[in-house]
Amino acid sequence: MPNDKLVVAGRAYDSRLLVGTGKYRDFDETRRAIEASGAQIVTVAIRRMNIGQNANEPNLLDVLPPSKYTLLPNTAGCYNAQDAVRTLRLARELLDGHALVKLEVLGDAESLYPNMPETLAAAKTLVSEGFQVMAYCSDDPILAKQLEDLGCVAVMPLASLIGSGMGIINPWNLQIIIDRVKVPVLVDAGIGTASDAAVAMELGCDGVLMNTAIAKARDPVRMGRAMKLAVEAGREAFLAGRMAKKPYQASASSPETGLIQKSA
Amino acid sequence: MPIRVTLNGEPREFPAPLTFSQLVDELDLASKRIAVERNGEIVPRSRLAEAAVADGDRIEVVVAVGGG
Repeated sequence: MPNDKLVVAGRAYDSRLLVGTGKYRDFDETRRAIEASGAQIVTVAIRRMNIGQNANEPNLLDVLPPSKYTLLPNTAGCYNAQDAVRTLRLARELLDGHALVKLEVLGDAESLYPNMPETLAAAKTLVSEGFQVMAYCSDDPILAKQLEDLGCVAVMPLASLIGSGMGIINPWNLQIIIDRVKVPVLVDAGIGTASDAAVAMELGCDGVLMNTAIAKARDPVRMGRAMKLAVEAGREAFLAGRMAKKPYQASASSPETGLIQKSA
Repeated sequence: MPIRVTLNGEPREFPAPLTFSQLVDELDLASKRIAVERNGEIVPRSRLAEAAVADGDRIEVVVAVGGG
């Protein structure tokens, strides 16, 4: 589908798969898995530099040059709006004024479930400072709509807990969000394998963001490719429009006339 | 007069006053893609050469790392 692009904050992307860059064995594996995934938007975290031990330490941005990828700095590890805003101001400075960011404000370290009051507060501040905010959020349709109303450029409800690989726990809530929110809806977190990504896309999600499902596969490069195909297949199925389900009602695919047996 | 700062959470002392550019050179980070914050405020790259490090500053130097 040449014209079926994901448009976020006015910019069009051919790939609807967004990937994280954490948990890989090394930068070479990161690079190869992300290339195989075809992703154009990749998330990065912002952390204190390891002062003193870094003379020739390779830099992630050498592997994922901003000229080739749209970098999406995140606020992973932030538990309040203030820390998240501070982190993204640093990210904007680091990436030469880059405005597209992934906001995630976490509620607790065990569940990594989003803290929505703090997420909404941070989104408000960030939008007022000119950031283009893609917000990780719960799958509550009302809160997702509030993020849109605050000016977020995309909402990203979780499929299930970050890094859990449990897949889509509540497709019904996702469906309500997809139906009611006008900005792109991306499933972020919880995808475990290719079928999960395909289901998200078949529901009508505009994209999928994942990290662990690729990085912690036995063969991350191969899983990167699997996810690329799954997202494409799910998107195509969504656009094609699936057949109606007919519970307990078979319908033969072959003609029921012209059979060689004698009819009684 | 020595300048004492907190750099990425650790105490650090410099023998004489210096600018942020000199601090970055001193830390061997001149060629690195970094961002600098002083007392919660960004020190833009364009201002590193003129901004002076002050005694007691809390300085953060950050980079991009792998993450989801």
